[in-house]
Amino acid sequence: MSMLHTINKSPFEKTSFEACLNHVNGDSSILMIEDGVYGAMKGTAFSEKVAATNGVALYILGPDMQARGISEDRLIDGVKVVDYAGFVDLVTEHDKVQAWL
Amino acid sequence: MSDVKKFMYVNRKAPYGTIYALESLEVVLISAAFDQDVSLAFVDDGVYQIMKGTKTDGIGMKNFSPVYNALGDYDITKLYVEQESLDERGLTLDDLMDIKYEDEDDDWAEKPSIKVVSRKEMADVMDQQDVLMSF
Amino acid sequence: MKLSVLVNEGPYQHQASDSALLFTKAALEKGHEIFRVFFYHDGVNNGTRFTVPPQDDRNLQESWTALQAEHELDLVVCIAAAQRRGILDENEAERQGKDGNNIAPGFRISGLGQLVEAGIESDRLVVFGD
Repeated sequence: MSMLHTINKSPFEKTSFEACLNHVNGDSSILMIEDGVYGAMKGTAFSEKVAATNGVALYILGPDMQARGISEDRLIDGVKVVDYAGFVDLVTEHDKVQAWL
Repeated sequence: MSDVKKFMYVNRKAPYGTIYALESLEVVLISAAFDQDVSLAFVDDGVYQIMKGTKTDGIGMKNFSPVYNALGDYDITKLYVEQESLDERGLTLDDLMDIKYEDEDDDWAEKPSIKVVSRKEMADVMDQQDVLMSF
Repeated sequence: MKLSVLVNEGPYQHQASDSALLFTKAALEKGHEIFRVFFYHDGVNNGTRFTVPPQDDRNLQESWTALQAEHELDLVVCIAAAQRRGILDENEAERQGKDGNNIAPGFRISGLGQLVEAGIESDRLVVFGD
């Protein structure tokens, strides 16, 4: 079954992001929202862990990314930017949603 | 409401410092009245919620630990605890409350409600759910 | 599809309510049904009409109320969490002997069973919190 994981915490503040990565299975997707968007940046002490999620689709919520001054060229390769409509699509395309708070 | 859904309450926060553990438990108790397939997950600091020996007299708050012991009476008998989360915190099963339920299909034999599972197993159990609630 | 939303945090302190509002709007625009928005924990503070944010700031309560009016949304504030935090409707104020109520238009106060029911009746439940 497919699962959408949402993560809204910076990986540098709390362990929520790490917990999320530790509980994703193959056909899952991760959507980074709110302060979770910092986890999508490349060149950080956390980037390799995010990039190592082989087969897991990575998404970032554009409005939250832009609000925090992150440009698309700073993102880890393969991270796709979605808007709120895309967030809704991700929710309906997966069987269920787990929010890592 | 004919279909039974698999509900999992994901607990990742310690008790008392914030209200999440208590109010999560309140939802769990209410959900028992809806005849759904309910389970609880204790991950990360969530494992602190079911430590034994809690005494709250000195902080002026009600001790809600006994409520976990009563979950069996509400047919809530699946409490998944993550091994790695225990290990990281220097805890073992002995540090947790001995939460039991009476199995009506087995002559009301007392059985442990707590199931210690690996991180991988926890991910798989979460994957099998229909609804995941986290607070 | 039928969706429900759970909001665990109050307005302004945390982005959760903003995110939930924008998600709910987007879902409605895409033609999905919002079965219920349930406000729990400090999320009940979204439902007081007594908030007065600065004029250049957004007013989350009014946004929820307007969205409710437009789409006949079911905005439910958890009664137990609301009582702890001083959110009362007229009936509760009278029952508890309080001298006023503060529930915002479009919100209603009800029990936790409404959250469990939302989980049962909806195709998806999306949680916003801290």
